[in-house]
Amino acid sequence: MSGKLRRFPGGLHLDGHKTESTQCAVQRARLPRRLILPLHQHIGAEAKSVVMAGERVLKGQMIARAEGYVSAPVHAPSSGTVVEIGDRPVPHPSGLSAPCIVIETDGTEQWCERHPVQDYITQDPSHLRNLIREAGIVGLGGAGFPSFIKLNPLGKTVDTLILNAAECEPYITCDDMLMRERAAEIIHGIQIMRHALHAAHCIIGIEDNKPEARAALVRALQELHIDGIQVTQVPTRYPAGGEKQLIHVLTGKEVPSNGLPVHIGIVCHNVATAAAIYRAVQHGEPLISRYVTVTGSGVPEPRNLEVLFGTPMAELLEQCGADPASVERLVMGGPMMGFGVHMPGVPVVKTTNCLLADRHLPAAPAAMPCIRCGACAEACPANLLPQQLYWHAHAGEFDKAQNYNLFDCIECGCCAAVCPSHIPLVQYYRYAKGEIWTREREKQKADVARERHEFRLARLAQDKAEREARHAQKKAELAGKTAPHETTSH
Amino acid sequence: MLSAIIAFTALAAVFGLILGFAAIRFRVEGDPLVNKIDALLPQTQCGQCGYPGCRPYATAIASGEADINQCPPGGEAGIIALADLLGRDPKPLNAKHGTLKPKMVAVIDEPLCIGCTLCIQACPVDAILGAAKQMHTVIEQECTGCELCVAPCPVDCIRMEPVQHDIKTWKWQTPLEAAGGHA
Amino acid sequence: MQTSSSPHLHSAAPVSSVMLRVIYALIPGVIAYIGVFGWGVAVNVVFASIVALASEAVTLAVRGRPIKPFLFDGSALVTAFLLALSLPPFAPWWITLIGTAFAIVVAKQLYGGLGFNPFNPAMAGYVVLLISFPREMTQWLAPETVSGHALSFVEAARVIFNGALPPGLTLDAVSAATPLDTLKTRLHLGETVETARRASPVFGSLGGLGWEWINGLFLLGGLWMIYKKIITWHIPLALLGGLFVMSLVFHLYNSGAYVAPVFHLFSGAAMLGAFFIATDPVSACTTPRGKLYYGAGVGILTYIIRTWGGYPDGIAFSVLLMNMAVPLIDHYTQPRVFGHKD
Repeated sequence: MSGKLRRFPGGLHLDGHKTESTQCAVQRARLPRRLILPLHQHIGAEAKSVVMAGERVLKGQMIARAEGYVSAPVHAPSSGTVVEIGDRPVPHPSGLSAPCIVIETDGTEQWCERHPVQDYITQDPSHLRNLIREAGIVGLGGAGFPSFIKLNPLGKTVDTLILNAAECEPYITCDDMLMRERAAEIIHGIQIMRHALHAAHCIIGIEDNKPEARAALVRALQELHIDGIQVTQVPTRYPAGGEKQLIHVLTGKEVPSNGLPVHIGIVCHNVATAAAIYRAVQHGEPLISRYVTVTGSGVPEPRNLEVLFGTPMAELLEQCGADPASVERLVMGGPMMGFGVHMPGVPVVKTTNCLLADRHLPAAPAAMPCIRCGACAEACPANLLPQQLYWHAHAGEFDKAQNYNLFDCIECGCCAAVCPSHIPLVQYYRYAKGEIWTREREKQKADVARERHEFRLARLAQDKAEREARHAQKKAELAGKTAPHETTSH
Repeated sequence: MLSAIIAFTALAAVFGLILGFAAIRFRVEGDPLVNKIDALLPQTQCGQCGYPGCRPYATAIASGEADINQCPPGGEAGIIALADLLGRDPKPLNAKHGTLKPKMVAVIDEPLCIGCTLCIQACPVDAILGAAKQMHTVIEQECTGCELCVAPCPVDCIRMEPVQHDIKTWKWQTPLEAAGGHA
Repeated sequence: MQTSSSPHLHSAAPVSSVMLRVIYALIPGVIAYIGVFGWGVAVNVVFASIVALASEAVTLAVRGRPIKPFLFDGSALVTAFLLALSLPPFAPWWITLIGTAFAIVVAKQLYGGLGFNPFNPAMAGYVVLLISFPREMTQWLAPETVSGHALSFVEAARVIFNGALPPGLTLDAVSAATPLDTLKTRLHLGETVETARRASPVFGSLGGLGWEWINGLFLLGGLWMIYKKIITWHIPLALLGGLFVMSLVFHLYNSGAYVAPVFHLFSGAAMLGAFFIATDPVSACTTPRGKLYYGAGVGILTYIIRTWGGYPDGIAFSVLLMNMAVPLIDHYTQPRVFGHKD
């Protein structure tokens, strides 16, 4: 499996800004008075609450269960009382509210009963997947796809398990710190994943700007006497941590458009997910906290914190010496793909890897017309023609944008970052995708409406026919009674 | 002069024959036009176009009886789609048939409902549930927002409300709208 | 709180600084131009810049567009420079006025302004002039070293605006056909390349006398732009390559009738065209492969026009012709999208 690394098209060399937040060890964030837990912190169906307002919950207790296959449960990050179940502002680009469970913490941190599995190697993979599902583990790299699904090979042979430790976005260092501090947990988690997938090979792909983390992983591998896991450094170039890009760099294979990595025998997980799986399986602890990088120009003491889900972002900013009121922009995620939250009071969720707080932002330059310079096309890691996508999205010609493979866009932001005209390209693509999905939905709805209407017309016609038939029958009966008389009269 | 006329006439005849033959030989049996038009209509079945439903309107367009700009729920996108299909120039919505409105859904003020079933009979897609002397309710998912149920209600307990955007249906705006509509 | 769409990081220099750097890259060539043909070049550049900015401002106002961001984006200046550098050094002022105004008002703004013009505005303006006023447009100066007359800035300005040469000078004394023109005429008269080059003083060792320097310094500026990533190498390389290969093939076939490749590369607007005109992003191809086809097309067409066409140089026509082919080329040269087959 070892071999030369490939190069994905496009990409950017960006200033890392990572050392700011790696100066001190990770601390536990203070326990907030209230935890706000959105029911929808993952890709898939919203979880369904299984608690009532007023109910006392224990740390680690499931408070919302997964609804359907692609879904994930939510657990109480600390012990306390459920005080409210209702719509609260959540971290989302829309700034809208969504159903949340609010827990008032009691400060005792009393755990519920845990069921650790020590000898995972003797366990059936499907049992392990179920444990991981029940622990509410989702991809912690940022997308939040339920992890147990990606640990199910579905009858396909998984040749290579890739652990994404690239962390290619500037500013974000939570995975870096996790690898430095909890390398052994990550390795144990990877072993569980390998067992579940029966993967022949395993590579940890890490950008070469994280030598300490790499050293920690290598040391842990030696200490634990584990073979078959290879730590490979990849050149630091955004977006090397994109799943498709990392797979290409490490294996030379391209994930087919509209396809999944498993279709080419590869499964890719984030390193933080591996650590969470270890905690879930060998300690029986569900996913209730994560490392979060708090950094940016508005944060005097940038650092990483271990944060319970549901903790309001404002409290983390305060713990890092920032005044939430003076923050002009608070981005959840990195500067390239993260989104600005509408208020600092929204909670940290499973996919919150970084809080990037800035103040004194320069005014955004006004967008100029596209001069077709092609800088975007050079930067695009998917080899798209961003200027054509923009042209058609701008003109509302969504089918043409689709012909230019709009849906292969991973929204990494490279094109917009290098655009000399400062066109918000990614927003145009998101807009176009949203419109296409909406039209698709409307089309489906129209089809249903047509069907229902036609069914109704048919039913009415049938009713009418039946009525007429009855009528005719009655008439005939009536006629039958009178007819003989009539005929005889003639 | 004469030879030129003869030559051109001969050419015209030959090409005419070829084209005529091709038209018969390579004829494509497509979806009938009415179906194609109907597929582009929003299936609101509201009748604002002046025809009793989307399919009759599609038939009328196909026969040249109706214009393509009589469908307010289809909006501008709908008119453009029809224009593309029929190879015509798009035109603005005919105001006689209504104006552009956000998507609506019917809501029954349930305490007021007397259970007369008139709205159930009016609904073109069977999206209202209820029985005589029983309270009625709208199946929100199936409601097309056609407003046909509003007028028949004897106690005026049905109102149209704009469809609420929640976090699941939210989508990114175009930067043009965000910037106030100026490109 | 600010909640605009990601990315929140911008590393790009704005359009205005890109355009400004194009102008910086032109400066060495402009200096060489002035050195060879005198101050008339500078007068033309300054006057064209003023006309360009004024017509840009007026059209933007008439079109109801914001004036400030578009006036200072630098694109009008680049157009003015490129056009002025294509004009004869003593072209009367109204030539510059008409050409520049046409370039900005018709070729650029009427098509929608910055980013929307399908044709290179400077070349559109140039071609309009060339077709409308062939006499004025082909009356070139002899290099000052040949004519022996060096005019001051004021004298040059007086020639351009008043048509008045300094006393004692006639137009015949200072003017001469360009090397490309001279060569073409003499070849038509049955001379060979060799005898033609020996007979006329306008030829230098590489290309036209003085033109070698001008082209050399435009080449230098162009390489700097590639180094600074303002343009990519595709179009210049393909253009010069096309011109080179064409001229090499015919030169090898008959060196008496077809001049050597080096002459083509260092004469006329070859380098200006390759690095500054054909690379105008708005009107050129945008796909990497398309840029190669586009550049090669311009190079080959230029050779054809120079050799067999009715005009001595062919960059302007070639660029405009290839501009027309841009949508087609772009359509058929889309790169393979990641994760797609073929």
